[in-house]
Amino acid sequence: MAEVEIREENKVHARPRLITDTVMHYCPGCSHGTVHNLIAEVIDEMGLEDKAVGISPVGCAVFAYNYIDVDWVEAAHGRACAVATAVKRLHPNNMVFTYQGDGDLTAIGAGETIHAAARGENIVTIFINNSIYGMTGGQMSPTTLLGMRTATTPAGRDAALNGFPYKIMDMLTHLDGATYLTRQSVHTPAAVRKCKKAISKAFENAMAGNGYSMVEVVASCNSGWKLSPVEANRWMEENVMPNYVMGDVKCSTLPK
Amino acid sequence: MAEKDVRLMKGNEVIAHAAVHCGCDGYFGYPITPQSEVMETLMELRPWESTGMVVLQAESEIASINMVYGGAATGKKIMTSSSSPGVSLMSEGLSYIAACELPCLVVNCQRGGPGLGTIQPSQGDYMQACKGGGHGDYHLIVLAPSSVQEMYDFVGLSFDIAFKHRNPVMLLADGAIGQMMEKVVFSEQKPRLTDEEVAEQQKAWAATGKGQRGKSNVVTSLYLNPEELEGLNNRLQEKYNRIKAEEARWEEFMCDDAEYVLVAFGSSARICSAVVEQAREEGIKLGLMRPITLWPFPEKPLADMAARGVKGFMSVEMNAGQMVEDVRLAVEGKAAVEHYGRTGGVIFTPDEVLEALKNNLIK
Ligand SMILES: Cc1ncc(C[n+]2csc(CCOP(=O)(O)OP(=O)(O)O)c2C)c(N)n1
Ligand code: SF4
Repeated sequence: MAEVEIREENKVHARPRLITDTVMHYCPGCSHGTVHNLIAEVIDEMGLEDKAVGISPVGCAVFAYNYIDVDWVEAAHGRACAVATAVKRLHPNNMVFTYQGDGDLTAIGAGETIHAAARGENIVTIFINNSIYGMTGGQMSPTTLLGMRTATTPAGRDAALNGFPYKIMDMLTHLDGATYLTRQSVHTPAAVRKCKKAISKAFENAMAGNGYSMVEVVASCNSGWKLSPVEANRWMEENVMPNYVMGDVKCSTLPK
Repeated sequence: MAEKDVRLMKGNEVIAHAAVHCGCDGYFGYPITPQSEVMETLMELRPWESTGMVVLQAESEIASINMVYGGAATGKKIMTSSSSPGVSLMSEGLSYIAACELPCLVVNCQRGGPGLGTIQPSQGDYMQACKGGGHGDYHLIVLAPSSVQEMYDFVGLSFDIAFKHRNPVMLLADGAIGQMMEKVVFSEQKPRLTDEEVAEQQKAWAATGKGQRGKSNVVTSLYLNPEELEGLNNRLQEKYNRIKAEEARWEEFMCDDAEYVLVAFGSSARICSAVVEQAREEGIKLGLMRPITLWPFPEKPLADMAARGVKGFMSVEMNAGQMVEDVRLAVEGKAAVEHYGRTGGVIFTPDEVLEALKNNLIK
């Protein structure tokens, strides 16, 4: 096959410089890989390669450190915000971010997340909310929608039996220390571009010492949801996204 | 020479002073009796204004230990302190820290258990400290201070040992030593290492941001390949053997001609030295072996004493019989080994220990 020459002006995407050669273990169609690319691009564009320290979760993204070529600390399940708090306080000039799933962040790690936000730690949390525990095989998470089938809600989530889902970002809006809260998605090219802007803004907020930022990415887990990647995106648009206010939820400055 | 800086202070207070003096970079903790004075003293001292040390009250012991993990992962000198129930909450984090081979210091000012138990002193966490607590094959290095001066001295010593072996160290104190006031001699202020010095000294592993290093560092304990994880375990076991050979510390009191030997650490050892004196007055040739490191346990001096013909050992502990198992392993059946202990926060008197020695061992 003849080599196709891509003219610079026609190029819409290239592999980000800080994404390593390691083959990603994510299922095809998974949102994690897309968000990794965005983080890598933002770190590079903001010149933060030498200062970035990522905290990876226990969840499908545990190996984020194999894909984005910066320093990482792998945290125990749910504890990323505590780990990040210490790293940032000891290295105030570093760009410290956590990368967490909905089980990691809203179930076992809800306490650490809320308190890091309440204290106004100058860190960023990238929160991949795919409404399910991907890594352990598709069990219910606190963000699983009512009626949604998972391995532990085989008949669909029932409020009487399984409790109600909750939105941690909406709770965080009440905290003085949380100053930039934004809800994004990566299911269309336009959404991806917006999400990248939000990640940049969050990183700027942290580097400016303006408190805690969270970028929630409403995401799909096609394997856990037992749908094809295309069907999963459609299902997400029709069933998940209407539950959420998308876009910036809070932009403020730390109270004096 | 400058005059010595001598103070009268509580054990818990000197932990805080020692941390600042030895150039500690960060303390993360959560209040619990009987050790809350550690963080309270730090907040009074305001070391962030003098040495630049970070002090933070966390939302739980789970958060504290994971903050210690994060701080230690950047190559800095990090510590926490707590008491028994709080240390139980730290178990998962300690296992991660040991697996990632991160140096740090955890002070456990023990109180009586199980459960919520009591705020009175106890030595009921010996097993938890020395045999695991968390999951997997790992060890903390455990030091047992028995005076306020040792509370002070062992903070700097713990960090030296922790960094030498890249391993977490636990100072296993108890509520009695934590609350007791004694004379303490302060050392000179050591400067904290600069960020550049830390990044250079720990460049092989610390996650400080890539900086000038050129390659990224990752601190993790995840190994999906069984052979790789076995490799980590083999490396850890080699290290633990090295630590056993190099770090065992103990003190002997009147053991040279002893026919019977008490084995006791921390607060119990203080009482037992009075027992030895009382026994000697009665003509009983009694000695005291005080383990200073509980892990590695000083087996050799006990084995030597047993080989030399000591007739019996009594392990005296504020618990239902924990260290006595290690004494038995060291003595290997060559002499009788008994235990005497009180629990629940009850502290034994020298008289009752001597009585127990006569009833259980001398007969
Ligand atoms: C203390 C502890 N409890 C439970 C687990 C098992 N576990 C691993 S990942 C996970 C859930 C991950 O789900 P989520 O955070 O939503 O991330 P995803 O995999 O969907 O990206 C659980 C429960 C663990 N590793 N540690
Ligand atoms: S299980 Fe779900 S979250 Fe995990 S990699 Fe697959 S699609 Fe992504």
